[in-house]
Amino acid sequence: MTKLLLSASTLVTALGAGRQATLQALREERCGLEPCAFAEVTGGHVGRVHGLEEAGLGEAGAGEAGAGEAGAGEAGAGEAGLGDRFAHFDCRNNRLAALALRQDGFEAAVRAAAARHGAGRVAVVCGTSTSGILSAENAYRARDPASGLLPAWFRYDGSYDLFSLSRYVAERLGLEGPAMTVSTACASSARAVLDAAQLIEAGVADAAVVGGADSLCRLTLRGFASLELVSPERCRPFDRDRRGLSVGEAAGFALLERPDDVPEAANGGIVLSGAGASSDGFHMSSPRPDGEGAVLAMRAALARAGLAAEEIDHINLHGTGTRANDLMEGHAVRALFGDRPVACASSKGLTGHCMGSSGIVEALIAALCLEEGLLPRSFGLVDPDPEIPIRPLTETRSAHLRHVMSNSFGFGGVNVSLVLSRAQA
Amino acid sequence: MIGLDVLGLSVQAPGLAGWEQALPILRGEQRLDPDATLALPAPALLAANERRRAGLPVRLALAVCEAATRMAGLVPGEAPCVFGSSNGDGAVVHELLETLAGPDPALSPTRFHNSVHNAVAGYWSIATGSRAPVTCLGCHDATVAASLLKAAAEAVATGGPVLLCLYDAPMQPPLGALRVTTIGFACALLLTPAGTRREALPAGRIAVGYAPGGAEAEPAPLDEGLRALWSRNPVARALVLLEAIAREARRDLCFPYGGGRLLVRCG
Repeated sequence: MTKLLLSASTLVTALGAGRQATLQALREERCGLEPCAFAEVTGGHVGRVHGLEEAGLGEAGAGEAGAGEAGAGEAGAGEAGLGDRFAHFDCRNNRLAALALRQDGFEAAVRAAAARHGAGRVAVVCGTSTSGILSAENAYRARDPASGLLPAWFRYDGSYDLFSLSRYVAERLGLEGPAMTVSTACASSARAVLDAAQLIEAGVADAAVVGGADSLCRLTLRGFASLELVSPERCRPFDRDRRGLSVGEAAGFALLERPDDVPEAANGGIVLSGAGASSDGFHMSSPRPDGEGAVLAMRAALARAGLAAEEIDHINLHGTGTRANDLMEGHAVRALFGDRPVACASSKGLTGHCMGSSGIVEALIAALCLEEGLLPRSFGLVDPDPEIPIRPLTETRSAHLRHVMSNSFGFGGVNVSLVLSRAQA
Repeated sequence: MIGLDVLGLSVQAPGLAGWEQALPILRGEQRLDPDATLALPAPALLAANERRRAGLPVRLALAVCEAATRMAGLVPGEAPCVFGSSNGDGAVVHELLETLAGPDPALSPTRFHNSVHNAVAGYWSIATGSRAPVTCLGCHDATVAASLLKAAAEAVATGGPVLLCLYDAPMQPPLGALRVTTIGFACALLLTPAGTRREALPAGRIAVGYAPGGAEAEPAPLDEGLRALWSRNPVARALVLLEAIAREARRDLCFPYGGGRLLVRCG
């Protein structure tokens, strides 16, 4: 596969907004999880991004009053957004995306790329599992008692619809290439990276803004609770006593371009060197216990990168903290990497499980580690589970890294693995 | 433009029950029965317990995926897939939203995992024991254009077959009042890069490309009966493409796609 440069990137999680804040939290091992108190849902912990209730969708710095906070007046948000260019897209999920787009000089980098390639040659491929469904949840609480219809402030296509995210990102960035929203549950934004790479490889686009956003909502919080997969304490991936996951919210974006198309100054030095995917073909919400599907995705990503397993210096594991996922992933990594211990960790103990955005966010965290020579410990892991045949790091270390891998798995048995490398590895 | 061979295809909609049955209607040789309802085959590939859980979107998609794959002479589950659906499983999402707004917001776990947009792809891979990659797109009115473009790009990037499946089930109010979808529709096309399978005689040839700018009107089917279906489901936009392939005529289609256009040359 053609290696694609991450010529710009940005992310927002409960650890903070932007690459520097994220890196600082990683170094300080500062956990972003807090007790859940969101939209009448309590129990468990969440990785929440604060300030979204005040953040608007306008240009940077243009603060807006009124907010679409859960349970509060979604109607107020619509009114407050009047006159704003992007009022039509106003919802928690797009606010989260907007917060990410404002960081790390990302918008300027995209505009420069659009000037180089032509706005019509830059694709937008975003992953999300639930888009702006919080707006629909609020609208269902405000149905007309007589007709059952939803209130007039509810915008189906601007908030609830999956395409809302990609349309908003494309319009905000002034891009005119093909836009698409990928929704493959918790592997959505990882799969979006693979889909965008194929668009560039096929010559449909010269560059792509890839990424995703997923935000807290009742559906996700109560849905995972119904499956009894929410940890009552902060999640502890790969620990013997792990009790489930903690839901998080996040947005992350990267600009992918062919390295030859990027002037030296904009060259960030990290490339997407491989991407692979597979299906489990097993069960809707449980992974294949032997991890065969995950092995296939990792093997495909390595093959596309032209790398052997032993050349991978760090894996950002999917590592949700559920009994089944971590056991499965341990078997899969062991099957592929053998006895040689590979420095691996889940970052979900810090951020929570950010659903469809976890793929891009964790790939970008892995890229930060690659750039900074950081081997982070798997936060929350105290007592390794003896049944899991891999040992994620329990202490953060420094090392020179050349290639890193990031895994994402989702409902429906979707598996995606990404490999990132130093441009001069 | 990306050149593609269409090795297999299928369609399910009221009055259109598989490719063979639909061909004379798509060619304008026979009238569509305006009173027909969906006549889906039972999803034989699914195990009994999965069949019980499978909603209309799953049954729509599995019917066309299996038929198009077999027409192409491939084993179901062998090809990577691109699934495109504008609305996902609107009925399941509606039930969940109603529950969340009600006095007892506890959700059904089965309903929750069936609400993910890739549930249909999951059931297809479970039904066929497939390990092949899948991607699932949801792009509102641009779903047909985006999914066709993505499938074409994947076929070229991987040099192999890609199964494209487009499906949408009817939407109930109140969401259905904002997203009018009154019939079930699904179609599938098994695509390969042009000329890569010389042993197979393609059912059709198409070329696909994206161009920015210039939103135009959606291309409508030539046949009046088909136009009635076309306006009642967001992914029934694909009827225009099916009609052109069935008629084996050279036809240039231009689908509005966001701020741009998807160009499809048929024949």
